[in-house]
Amino acid sequence: MNLALNIVAVKTIIRKEIVRVLRIWVQTIVPPAITMTLYFIIFGNLIGRRIGVMDGFDYMQYIAPGLIMMSVITNSYGNVVSSFFGAKFGRHIEEMLVAPMSYATIIIGHVAGGVLRGLMVGSLVTIVALFFTDLQVAHPFVMISVVLLSSIVFSLAGFINAVFAKKFDDISIVPTFVLTPLTYLGGVFYSISMLPEFWQNVSKANPILYMVNAFRYGILGTSDISIGYAYTILLIFVVVLFSGCMFLMQRGIGIRE
Amino acid sequence: MNALTIRNLTKTYSNGNQALKGIDLTVEAGEFYALLGPNGAGKTTAIGIISSLVNKSGGEVEIFGHNVDKELEAAKACLGVVPQEINLNLWETVGNTMIHQAGYYGLSGKLRKERVEKYLRALRLWDRHDDIARSLSGGMKRRLMIARALVHEPRLLILDEPTAGVDIEIRRSMWDFLQEINEAGTTIILTTHYLEEAESLCRRIAIIDEGAIIEDASMSSVLRKLQREVFVLSLAEPLSAAPALQGFETRLREDADLEVEKGQETDLNDLFGQLSAKGIRVISLRNKANRLEEMFMHLVENKGAEI
Repeated sequence: MNLALNIVAVKTIIRKEIVRVLRIWVQTIVPPAITMTLYFIIFGNLIGRRIGVMDGFDYMQYIAPGLIMMSVITNSYGNVVSSFFGAKFGRHIEEMLVAPMSYATIIIGHVAGGVLRGLMVGSLVTIVALFFTDLQVAHPFVMISVVLLSSIVFSLAGFINAVFAKKFDDISIVPTFVLTPLTYLGGVFYSISMLPEFWQNVSKANPILYMVNAFRYGILGTSDISIGYAYTILLIFVVVLFSGCMFLMQRGIGIRE
Repeated sequence: MNALTIRNLTKTYSNGNQALKGIDLTVEAGEFYALLGPNGAGKTTAIGIISSLVNKSGGEVEIFGHNVDKELEAAKACLGVVPQEINLNLWETVGNTMIHQAGYYGLSGKLRKERVEKYLRALRLWDRHDDIARSLSGGMKRRLMIARALVHEPRLLILDEPTAGVDIEIRRSMWDFLQEINEAGTTIILTTHYLEEAESLCRRIAIIDEGAIIEDASMSSVLRKLQREVFVLSLAEPLSAAPALQGFETRLREDADLEVEKGQETDLNDLFGQLSAKGIRVISLRNKANRLEEMFMHLVENKGAEI
């Protein structure tokens, strides 16, 4: 593999992705900021005042890390799935497929694009959150590493979705019917200790619970689950999903006839 | 050295359609090569496999000695492809389209900028640098695809119907440009439905039909196989009936247009001699159909049999 060529190629894909995100900023950056502002106003401020304290924090503080993580997850996923499927649909994916860069480069470039959009939106939501509540970062390394790993996981998942998608409907099915329910049930708005034991155990099968709680631990220092488990699950997902992406690209599934 | 070597290449699609039935093809470095065939003959499938956009079912492909199964990235580095259908990101600017493609081939910094400018100027698109591809005309989009395929200066350029839907003036300027880069050393493989284009540009020709190569030879030797040719003569004065000419078949199309069919055993000097003897003056002469077009039709209809 020509390393120098692949480094330039991966930088080029990242540049392309950033240009795309900024070109359509009204679709990519603004909506999540508005949605999260509404969450903070309605759930955090209006309803939250009646809920009171959760795990020792006022409700607004408690939900802020979950909302930031939710925006990172959905935007990382959404960026890769729409960009890669758009390239497939418009056939300009061929620009990349005929070039001498490795398949890993194509995957890494798109995942980096997804991570960057996730972080851009996440930062914006954090700034919005600071208008409503005070956030102290308890464990900066945990906060940064968890948000990066979660963003990578969902960018890879978005890539796989895009590879299999044949029409635009196919790129909205997973976010609507899988990602959104798992995120809402992933402890963004509540602690699973409030649930009956059976539903606590069911919730532990939801990978997003580990991401949200680990990120909350990074900011607030409190979590429903073990941070060690969270890192293990994140790393397993990264390895499995990246291997899946490589397999699909090498076999040409969904991208070559 | 061979720019392209194809051995026993087969492709069967999942719906059972056997698009390629074991084709062999060799294109020498520096050639300007025409790959012709009717719609659905397998040309685009063959190009898709060469450029690794289509998985082959069997056989081997080598580009400048690099086997695509073993040295895919080295093979791709030698290749530039202009596909039949527009495959530009229509929302991307012309400049970014070029910059990104150069980046995918590892070009960066000053060299990338120089190449982008060089090929956008060469294809007369430099002044549209900041416009999105969607705003370009059909001909401009085709030129942008050629510029994009050249930005890494490939040794082998494959053009799949590059002039489809392009007006005559632009088509001619594209021919001149392609001849220039071929003379500068780039091997070119061209598919086209404009047989006049293939005849004027290409020195070798392969004809593919129903997934098999039915002709692969130099342009001149293919044209020499044409046993009979039909000429249309514009006469100075109208005739009431077609004149009888020994060794030729004649038909009167309109009053002053005479159709003359000749075989290989007769020549045009003899024709003009007989016409002069009868006091018939000829103002101009043209082939009734493009010679390659006639040959192509005979070959496809007779599946490569001698005519």
